[in-house]
Amino acid sequence: MRSALQHQDALRAVQASIRLAGREVMLLPAGAAYLPDERLLVVADLHLGKGLAYASKGQMLPPYDSLETMRRLLALVRHWQPRRVVLLGDSIHRQALMEASVAPVAAEFEAITQVAELVWIAGNHDPALAGLPGKVAAEIELPGALRLRHEPAEDGHAEIVGHLHPAARLPTRAGQQRRRCFVAGETRLLLPAFGALTGSLCVSDPAIAGLFPAGRSRVFLMLGQGLAELPMAAVA
Amino acid sequence: MASLTDSLLPATFADWFAGRGWSLRWHQAQLLARAKARRSTLLIAPTGAGKTLAGFLPTLVELSGAPQNEGLHTLYISPLKALAVDIARNLEEPVAEMNLAIRIEARTGDTPAARRQRQMRQPPQILLTTPEQVALMIANPEARKVFAGLRQIIIDELHALAPGKRGDLLALGLARLRRLAPQAISFGLSATVAEPDNLRRWLVDQAQGAALADCVEVPRSLAAPADLRLLETEERLPWAGHSARHAMAEIYREIGRHRLTLVFVNTRMQAEFVFQALWSLNEENRRIALHHGSLDVGQRRKVESAMAAGGLDAVVCTSTLDLGIDWGDVDLVINVGAPKGASRLLQRIGRANHRLDQPSKAYLVPSNRFEVLECHAAIEAARAGEQDAVTSREGALDVLAQHCLGMTVAEPVDPDALFSEVIGSAPYSGLDRETFDRVVRFATDGGYALRAYDRFAKIRRDSVGRLRVANARIAQAYRMNVGTIVESTMLKVHLGSAKGGALRHGRLLGEIEEYFAEGLTAGDTFVFAGEVLRFEGIVEDRVITTRAQGRDPMIPSYNGGKFPLSTHLAARVRSMLADPAGWSALPEQVASWLALQQGRSALPGPDDLLVETFPRGGRYYLAAFPFEGRLAHQTLGMLLTRRLERAGLQPLGFVANDYAIAIWMLRDPSIRIAAEPDFLGRLWDPDMLGDDLEDWLNESALMKRSFRACAVIAGLIERRFPGMEKKARAVTMSTDLIFDVLRKHEPDHILLRAARADAATGLMDLRRLSDLLMRIRGRIVHHDLERVSPLSVPILLEIGKEPVYGEARDQAIADEAARLLDEIGEAFGTA
Repeated sequence: MRSALQHQDALRAVQASIRLAGREVMLLPAGAAYLPDERLLVVADLHLGKGLAYASKGQMLPPYDSLETMRRLLALVRHWQPRRVVLLGDSIHRQALMEASVAPVAAEFEAITQVAELVWIAGNHDPALAGLPGKVAAEIELPGALRLRHEPAEDGHAEIVGHLHPAARLPTRAGQQRRRCFVAGETRLLLPAFGALTGSLCVSDPAIAGLFPAGRSRVFLMLGQGLAELPMAAVA
Repeated sequence: MASLTDSLLPATFADWFAGRGWSLRWHQAQLLARAKARRSTLLIAPTGAGKTLAGFLPTLVELSGAPQNEGLHTLYISPLKALAVDIARNLEEPVAEMNLAIRIEARTGDTPAARRQRQMRQPPQILLTTPEQVALMIANPEARKVFAGLRQIIIDELHALAPGKRGDLLALGLARLRRLAPQAISFGLSATVAEPDNLRRWLVDQAQGAALADCVEVPRSLAAPADLRLLETEERLPWAGHSARHAMAEIYREIGRHRLTLVFVNTRMQAEFVFQALWSLNEENRRIALHHGSLDVGQRRKVESAMAAGGLDAVVCTSTLDLGIDWGDVDLVINVGAPKGASRLLQRIGRANHRLDQPSKAYLVPSNRFEVLECHAAIEAARAGEQDAVTSREGALDVLAQHCLGMTVAEPVDPDALFSEVIGSAPYSGLDRETFDRVVRFATDGGYALRAYDRFAKIRRDSVGRLRVANARIAQAYRMNVGTIVESTMLKVHLGSAKGGALRHGRLLGEIEEYFAEGLTAGDTFVFAGEVLRFEGIVEDRVITTRAQGRDPMIPSYNGGKFPLSTHLAARVRSMLADPAGWSALPEQVASWLALQQGRSALPGPDDLLVETFPRGGRYYLAAFPFEGRLAHQTLGMLLTRRLERAGLQPLGFVANDYAIAIWMLRDPSIRIAAEPDFLGRLWDPDMLGDDLEDWLNESALMKRSFRACAVIAGLIERRFPGMEKKARAVTMSTDLIFDVLRKHEPDHILLRAARADAATGLMDLRRLSDLLMRIRGRIVHHDLERVSPLSVPILLEIGKEPVYGEARDQAIADEAARLLDEIGEAFGTA
């Protein structure tokens, strides 16, 4: 076994920034995107209550996943002080357990809504989001026709989407490494899943690769302290 | 002996023995007597001593005298399905020949469900099965009835079963059987081991203190000494590596000189390599076959029957052929690579000439110079009849969690009664009540401090405080997930192409372990299914390869084997190094290598630690030779590197093998050692096993690996998902995420404790590391050299061939990303 010591300053970038529909979009190593023009923070696929949902079927996953997810989100909100926080769908893992999934993190939601306007985009896991703090919307359109929505659509609009939980696998001298990632095309940004217990899908899967032409897309792998940028062709 | 035989052996049996020209052997008579006296007994005998017949004779004699005796009489448990089936077949012969009306059946995972159900309603008198099936049977509501009349339990290959989690599971099952059938006695059958008391305790109830089963040991004088030696080689002995390529022609020549040769190797990849190398030399068309665990079962059975029928000249095999089963007329065993332990070597040699009165013939083929020393030590140990010890172990808590749920599936359970039953088993005899209660709580609702899952509890308490399984679905999930073997995730290997950067997959070649594939980088070559393949990449669950024509395969060096060098052999190697008078017994090349080392640096005394420092290629190296096995050395490497970093020496990396460890750094450690005489003593101080270890462990990939196994065994996550909707596309949730969340929010959770204990024993060999650090206090011998020493060459040659671990992985991604962007000359960088 061999180990090279890590020197954090050698990591490629603590955060990255891309251009989408004529504006700057910052990609944060925590797995969120920040739009400085609008002071808008976006995260996708929180899957709150996933542990609870599994427990109801006999697999007692740690009941701390929602808390962990919301604390990470709250830390981002406190740091960036956004005007709006957009949850890009699949925020609740199982609709039937919605109340029990949100109750343990009520304080975190409260703290977020004190700073920013909270918008829930409806995803396929959460068609009915009544009774939650904040607003509910099917999608959001920003100036310049940039859409924030749950699932990618092939309607020609620039979009920031979630739903697909992208991860990429890269052969390195330390063997194959797999990390969650952002995927950026010319008109589309796909966010990684933000939930603490959410799984991931390899970007080489046709469901993702089909949306991002290899020659004109890139991925940003989430490392512990930063992001590593790669051409899509290197991982798909 | 005659009178003992007469009184113990009924006429039918005496005649049958006489008819075969046999006489009752001493240990067979001993076991008959112990059974009569109702004493649980450990039988220690070398392979070929008629151990299995000795175990069953008392049962056959007892049943022959009581033909009306219906119901399950004897339960035989083997670690291998194939062995259970094979023994069932072998028993039919004496039973038929003596005309005994005894029903014998096997029960394994392959037995049809209908027959398994019937076996619970109408059990045979003798049932041959595996530890997993025992767990399932005692978790059956019919268990009390089925086992009520049980008289005899026979556990085969106990030395192989006891030291792991499967042994823990079986020990708990045995504790339950002792409650269900207090009249039953247990026989353990074992190969020769040092310190048999650990196995003797294992067989009997420990609740009233450390009780010992009787012990019957076949005297060594009854076994012919093995003809055991190093295979002489004309070729140059390699400095490093594990392929033993240099010896292939000599191995091939020996195959030609014998009837049937078994060529044992340590790993599947090695087996593939040796098989291919022998065939490339096979001008005489010898019938050489391959046998290892990733081959298709049908393929393996074909090889086995060809062996038995005398249709083969040689079989290249891994430990899948290690245990118990007799196939064919093997007259030579060749062991390629180092045997790693004296007991493993003896077990393998036992495959040759399966008769006690003829010597077994075995050749050892070391694949590098250090392995010559190790092989030599193993031969000396075998000649002296010395064995590795089966050490006692603390039962794993994940296994206990599984067992507790299983017991509530069988019937309502009084927790106090279950606790006293559990501590009657040897691995759990030291378990405290608080830990037990936490494990039961874990099995109930996950056992979290935050009690979020009460309403989903898998175990409920009835009005009198007994525990019962919540519902039939949980019981079903328990049955689907029983057992302690957590299979590696397998990836499919395809022959494909990598044209224009895009990987395309073609023909399916087979499956390999995910961890193996993950250690590969594009361009690496390896042998699989008899072909040399070039690794191109992984796409989803597919490993894409291309043919690597005319190229030598690169076999990663961790393929030296899964087992670290045993403590016993390590001590022998150290004393061999310290004793130049004995070097004449070694091959000349090795003896002169050691003499050169003595001239340039030193050879340490048997209890000393040699540390060398030298500059090389602009860097400074520190090499040490503890001989404590790969696992302990890897842990040591992590900890020493942290300390050197703190000392400002700027270490860059380290490499470890079974014998040595080398660390390289940017600053010269010899300057510090000269300035601070106690620098090395403090560097190697046992206090590194305190905070440093804890810090590293929590971040370590080893912890995550053992956590995954614990989570599956303990039932936190299911192996299979009955009734759960299948998603169209695979979204993987890794147990690493669960580990991260749990460690952050409840670091003292019982499952993390289980994972930590696992990592400490199984993956890091902490006990051994701590013994080493204590042993070398004040005994470090330092040599400041101008260049690399002869003894250091092999370890330096391994640099760059070993997988990178832990924290360095993020850095590796960042570096690779930077390299790729440079190479491609990306137009769009970060804005």
